[in-house]
Amino acid sequence: MTALLDMDELLDTLEQGVRNMLEIRGVDNPAIIGIRTGGVWLADLLGKRLGMTEPRGELDISFYRDDFSRIGLNPRVRPSSLPFETEGRDILLIDDVIMSGRTIRAAMNEIFDYGRPASIMLATLIDLGARELPVQPDVTGKALSLKADQRVKLKGPDPLHLELREASQP
Amino acid sequence: MSVSSQPSRVKIVGGTLLLPDGQLQAGPLLIADGHISAVGAAAEGAGDATVINAEGCIVSPGLVDLWCNLREPGDGQKGNITSETRAAAHGGFTTVCASPETSPVNDSGAVTHLIRDVSGSRSPIRVLPIGATTKGLEGELLSDMAGLVRAGCVALANGRGGFRDARVLHRAMAYARTFGITLMLHPENQALAADGYAHDGRITTRLGLLGIPEVAETTAVMEMLLLAEETGVRLHLAQISCGRSVQMIAEARQRGVNVTADVAMHQLLLTEEALSGFDSRFHVRPPLRSEADRQGLLEGVRTGVIGAIVSAHQPHDTAAKQAPLAATEPGLSSVESVLSMGLMLVERQELSLSVLLQRLTAGPAAVLGRKAALEAGAIADICVFAPQERWLADSASLVSAGHHVPVVNHALHGVVRLTMVGGRTAWPSGYP
Amino acid sequence: MTTPQPSPDSVQLTADGQLRHFLTLDGLSRELLTDILDTADSFIEVGERAIKKVPLLRGRTVVNLFFESSTRTRSTFELAAKRLSADVLNLDISTSATSKGESLSDTLLNLEAMASDMFVVRHAQSGAPHFIAASVTPGVAIINAGDGRHAHPTQAMLDMLTIRQHKGRFEGLKVAIVGDILHSRVARSQICALNTLGVEEVRVIAPGTLLPSDAEHLGCTVEYDMEKGMRDLDVVIMLRLQKERMQGALLPSEQEFYRLYGLDRSKLALAKPDCIVMHPGPINRGVEIESAVADGPRSVILNQVTNGIAVRMAVMSMAMGGQVTERVSRLGEGQP
Repeated sequence: MTALLDMDELLDTLEQGVRNMLEIRGVDNPAIIGIRTGGVWLADLLGKRLGMTEPRGELDISFYRDDFSRIGLNPRVRPSSLPFETEGRDILLIDDVIMSGRTIRAAMNEIFDYGRPASIMLATLIDLGARELPVQPDVTGKALSLKADQRVKLKGPDPLHLELREASQP
Repeated sequence: MSVSSQPSRVKIVGGTLLLPDGQLQAGPLLIADGHISAVGAAAEGAGDATVINAEGCIVSPGLVDLWCNLREPGDGQKGNITSETRAAAHGGFTTVCASPETSPVNDSGAVTHLIRDVSGSRSPIRVLPIGATTKGLEGELLSDMAGLVRAGCVALANGRGGFRDARVLHRAMAYARTFGITLMLHPENQALAADGYAHDGRITTRLGLLGIPEVAETTAVMEMLLLAEETGVRLHLAQISCGRSVQMIAEARQRGVNVTADVAMHQLLLTEEALSGFDSRFHVRPPLRSEADRQGLLEGVRTGVIGAIVSAHQPHDTAAKQAPLAATEPGLSSVESVLSMGLMLVERQELSLSVLLQRLTAGPAAVLGRKAALEAGAIADICVFAPQERWLADSASLVSAGHHVPVVNHALHGVVRLTMVGGRTAWPSGYP
Repeated sequence: MTTPQPSPDSVQLTADGQLRHFLTLDGLSRELLTDILDTADSFIEVGERAIKKVPLLRGRTVVNLFFESSTRTRSTFELAAKRLSADVLNLDISTSATSKGESLSDTLLNLEAMASDMFVVRHAQSGAPHFIAASVTPGVAIINAGDGRHAHPTQAMLDMLTIRQHKGRFEGLKVAIVGDILHSRVARSQICALNTLGVEEVRVIAPGTLLPSDAEHLGCTVEYDMEKGMRDLDVVIMLRLQKERMQGALLPSEQEFYRLYGLDRSKLALAKPDCIVMHPGPINRGVEIESAVADGPRSVILNQVTNGIAVRMAVMSMAMGGQVTERVSRLGEGQP
């Protein structure tokens, strides 16, 4: 419910971080993959800012979640789409928020089922900490620490904005 | 009768009596030496009688069932004469006709004697055996009808076995005519019924069940009516299920054919829709039919074309009903629920209480050439029940070995307080 | 009037409306059928990957319980289960237990001991999967792979997926189903699905002996004359004609059936120019369909096989998902 965070500023930080990382790693033509839904919006924006011409991929990780035995199948699952070969590619994986790290684990498992990439780099807009798996983003727009009852969610795609709300609110 | 040492004079007070003319009237009933000695005002002031308080109850002649499977002789898995006659007494019945569909089939005087002997020592109510029309109910060779009649069969039937062809049926009728015995036949054209097990209609079409078309019954009814007319046999059509059959029977009676008919209580309450969840309890024969048929049957009961309502009680062990629908055995364990189901019809104003009770007492008795009436001099076969009281048909309350009852998880109206046979208590044991 | 009955849909749905079994399409909402189709679309994409497998049912055991043998259907269920990472056990009961007189209840008791999570059931008797669903321990999902004349819901859903792929919609479509409607579980499920998904008209085309009584009650129009029935069609679905129908006085001969109800080029020419031809297979060439039509440009028969695996993956994972969430709420472990 708040606009404390300036989206343009965050995106600038994220873009700059990604550029630095690509330069350090010597990667000039990464394949961009966004995790549905927020990660795909970000992948579109970043792709444009980085001047990428290749279409970005999108992942729906519903079939790879590790909590199927608790919550069953997401009824809104849609096909993943990777319009390029992943075998041997450098992948830039993008998501809006990282917390436990479980989504990223699922996404990496899914990417490998398309073919073995040369490398995967991870960029997230927000890092909330509270990791449950040893998965760290290479680039983050901002690290936030929320109170136990707070949640943050990326809304979009136009305009893209972050929504912070109390968990008790509907 | 197994219960002994009853007081010689019993007065039932506070109840509403079903009088022979169908009127319901408050008043006492006096019983002496196994007979009704006075009804209503005439019973007032009788001195030294044991008094039974029947406040809030209906006092009716004992119920009479024209078709009840007692499962004896048999292997005992599905019940026996002891369990099923006690169940019938719990249901308010004082007389049941024992179906010949036993193992071995009641197609000889020896089996009839066995049924009578066992009933005589173990049944709290009257058991009237029905013999088989053909040997083994196979529909080919005539049974020893004279022997069956001599041994005490009150009618001959062929159950679901049917007849090989119209010629066997014709001859069975002509032979039965010789002894003046009633043929109690279940009309079903077996070629048309084929492998079916449900009413051929909306539900069979939707669920892909194998249907028994109405014409399987109506063509058989027509054939039986014409052959009965020709042979002059006393014909009773058992457990009809189609509205059209009622019309054909009414027409035959108008032209003087000596025919009566009955319907199973569940046919008056339920329709084909009961099978929409594949519930094997409602696999019955003939099948539960359409709402239009149910209406036609009710009309037949109201007008008297259908003179009797039967239980068609068929107790089963669990395994018989524990399979996909087509592989289950037909039949409901209904003798304890018949009265309560009837009261549901009264509650819905589909039958009057008076008509309901007549079709369960005087109507079936008349088919057997007997009477069932609360009148001075009659045998004291009596049922006292509380129509507003409720009970649940479950394993705790049911007496029958079969627990596949028509209504479950739903409190039923009508608790039988007392079933009296020849002045002795048949239910509950030891009452009062 | 009847006493209250559990309707088939209440058996197969959880309290919050998810699938827990998949027994029939009767009573399922358009939203749920659309979810199945959408989920199947996602599984089609999985089938195009280098590794055609997702971990959804990893560690779970799926038992193919075929009381009536069908290698084709069983294979697609097996492949679907394996692509969901499940362990699969194939039991061809038609040749084992029941022929030794063991009752279905007894067979099930034995299978329960194997701690299975899902039974895929094919049975010759209508309602057998309902019976099994009512008898098994809670937590075990039952998928109907065809029961008697009653239902073949996965087949119908893969046909719906095929129609959606080719037509992009259901609204406004005119669809005919031709042939042995009476004995067909596929036709019953298709009619149900087409109506739920909102096509304009479902037409059944058959001779009187191959139609159930009250066929209109299923939600279709009835046409005896195929040439009339082909007009304005967007989709024509041909049913397989079993040879045994020539016995029992249902039909005089295959030749006469083909002449009247077989789909050949001249009859197909009466439909819309973009009308697609479907057949649940296996095809009887020259009995219900002309080879040139079955192999022709309007035929989408092969497509249907690919879709079969995806649809089965969808309903298996959805029903298993319904079972696990139900188990979680049963155990009262809803909190994080």
